[in-house]
Amino acid sequence: MTRAMTITEKILAAHAGLDSVEPGQLVNCKLDIVLANDVTAPISIKEFAKIGVEKVWDPSRIALVPDHYTPNKDIKSAEQAKMVRDFAREQDISHYYEIGCMGVEHALLPERGVVVAGDVIIGADSHTCTYGALGAFATGVGSTDAAAGMATGEAWFKVPASIKFNVTGELGPWVSGKDIILHIIGMIGVDGALYQSMEFTGDTIERLGMDDRFTICNMAIEAGGKNGIIAVDDTARAYLTGRAEREWVEYASDADAEYAAVYDIDAADIVPTVAWPHLPSNTRPVAESREVVVDQVVIGSCTNGRIEDLRIAAKVLKGRTVHPGVRLIVIPATQAIYRQAMNEGLFDIFLDANAAVSTPTCGPCLGGHMGVLAAGERALATTNRNFVGRMGDPKSEVYLGSPAVAAATAVAGHIALPDDLT
Amino acid sequence: MKFTGTAHRYGRDVDTDVIIPARYLNTSDPVELGKHCMEDLDAGFVGKVEAGDILVAEENFGCGSSREHAPISIKAAGVSVVIAKSFARIFYRNAINTGLPIMEAPDAVDGISDGDKVTVDADTGLITNETAGVSYQAQPFPPFIKDIIEGGGLVESLKAKA
Repeated sequence: MTRAMTITEKILAAHAGLDSVEPGQLVNCKLDIVLANDVTAPISIKEFAKIGVEKVWDPSRIALVPDHYTPNKDIKSAEQAKMVRDFAREQDISHYYEIGCMGVEHALLPERGVVVAGDVIIGADSHTCTYGALGAFATGVGSTDAAAGMATGEAWFKVPASIKFNVTGELGPWVSGKDIILHIIGMIGVDGALYQSMEFTGDTIERLGMDDRFTICNMAIEAGGKNGIIAVDDTARAYLTGRAEREWVEYASDADAEYAAVYDIDAADIVPTVAWPHLPSNTRPVAESREVVVDQVVIGSCTNGRIEDLRIAAKVLKGRTVHPGVRLIVIPATQAIYRQAMNEGLFDIFLDANAAVSTPTCGPCLGGHMGVLAAGERALATTNRNFVGRMGDPKSEVYLGSPAVAAATAVAGHIALPDDLT
Repeated sequence: MKFTGTAHRYGRDVDTDVIIPARYLNTSDPVELGKHCMEDLDAGFVGKVEAGDILVAEENFGCGSSREHAPISIKAAGVSVVIAKSFARIFYRNAINTGLPIMEAPDAVDGISDGDKVTVDADTGLITNETAGVSYQAQPFPPFIKDIIEGGGLVESLKAKA
């Protein structure tokens, strides 16, 4: 009999052609999807050329998404985007997404059914771990690993030990997936899961919709995690049905699988949370952050730019206007989310509130464009990182929070809960 | 490979956004990236670092983004080797793949001060603080990874297989 395994170990074993694997073992895995974006793909393309193969291993299994500095921010960005476009054409890459069809990669690929349960996915973007919400093993790598993956369809991994986060009970009002993951990162630190897999279980997680699950797995990297993962259930099946472009495989952890640590978390202990500068682990309750006055609020990104995020923001903003001292920028993460938000009337709510609504882009999250901060400015963002200089000048500050907190903060002018608003 | 240089010492959680800020990611030119290395953590770094110098940091060096621009920028700035208590995993892979030597050596980090003269033997893992006259043994790489490094990085080792 093979050893009891976690979901992550099972997926890696299956892709390495092995009956079982154990933490620490080095394995070579077949890849299902290799991803890169307009910042990371140019280096991948240069490295790919050095490998000496003419064609990518499978043009239908490579995804190239120009989303970071697009629509092109400046001439250098335009050159990088063009390099990716030219490579996609030359290699007949089927999953290349041009402006007008694109979206923020980690919202786009699940939405289009490109990544599915049971996959092994590498992406030259650290938030590739998002797809774990679909029961896949997905992890961020650098451009050279992605180039090797494009050439060979394989990558090596050290099988990670797993940490289980078992969340049970009812969440309080305005507590979302973002608050769950910020709570966890605050608890274990930015290297609390270094080199390890973060597996999320429990009835609280089971009751969450896919958008909250994507948010949770998206930020596994902010705890140093190799991947975040949630086993497939009816919610995930319903999401995959009709959009998965390949058959998916469901894996689940054995009841007696070994974990490096197990955290039992009572959902009632999780409150609306913000991460203060300059680490995602520097968390405090919103209730203890109300003195923080902000200049800008950003609602969007691969963490929180999905339709449910926009609905929550709209619910808070409906009939209200943004504080005169605040700039609110709302960025639907994909074209489909953009259209859906428009059709549901959310744009009217945002525009009536004096928010700017942008075409999909990673833009301000990484201080790229579409909302860069000046020295001394402060933002509350639904994004994933608040490092020094992340959103602009090294003397600016970023606070991380949920869409509900972001919308309330935009109206109040300082960090706030929706219930604070009159 | 043996390196000798001056240590530039930093704290924990040195993230890739301060190693190479995203505002410079509209290029992948190593020379350009090297000019802005560590800019948002220590604006004077590029001015003081000399070819062969050694970067020393505490836990979780290179956390955050997957940008390979980070090890490229460090290498282009002239740094010969990075010694840290631990590395974030994507940075760890990227350093190996791009040929930037890295050493995990918590004791050595504790024993090295900013400005110390340090010698690193990457083959044996021996780190010597010449200023203090103390040596430390770093964790050796697993053989699998050593093969990639000795092959000249990931791309070179793939070429060798082709």
